[in-house]
Amino acid sequence: MVLDVVAGVLLVLGAFLCLVAGIGLVRLPDVYARMHAATKPATLGLLLIALAGMLQVDDPADITELMLVVAVQFLTAPTGAHMVGRAAYRAGDLLGHETVCDELAGVTDVSAAE
Amino acid sequence: MIVAVVAAMALLSAGALLCVVRLVIGPSLADRIVATDLLLVFLACGVGVYTVSTGRGIYLELMVVVGVLGFLGTVMVARFIERRGA
Repeated sequence: MVLDVVAGVLLVLGAFLCLVAGIGLVRLPDVYARMHAATKPATLGLLLIALAGMLQVDDPADITELMLVVAVQFLTAPTGAHMVGRAAYRAGDLLGHETVCDELAGVTDVSAAE
Repeated sequence: MIVAVVAAMALLSAGALLCVVRLVIGPSLADRIVATDLLLVFLACGVGVYTVSTGRGIYLELMVVVGVLGFLGTVMVARFIERRGA
């Protein structure tokens, strides 16, 4: 009974964090900020939903599999976001108007367009 | 419990819709691959909510496969952008 309530709260909280990621994806100004919005809250949301699943499943093997899901997500989400950001910068993707500091300007041979 | 499951599914659906919006309007290819990756995370979250609602982990393999596929797609498109530029 208590476990049900805890699992429900974790479920709604995780889904809300995923929604925050979606809102950030639509509202933020450039691809680098969107990348951060897409990875961080969504990863935490997936962790919370997986925790709720661990509280509810019967088979211990399912708990192991949920831990595998979380491990894969925590390893791959930053790596993929980093690769996309690097590729976008080298391809000359625009920085947002509110960017105050571009530390890669002049360091790499291809700097982003104005 | 059923209230939490329905609320979580509604929140996930709204987020997935926002992902589709970014997928359609996203100016560059990098925007679109970020949106696709997030859409696959939403799919994995939906499978997780289903698992919680039934208590049986018959679709958990789908979560693992979707996570790995999202990463592979992101890496492939990132390499493609770096080679070709766009």
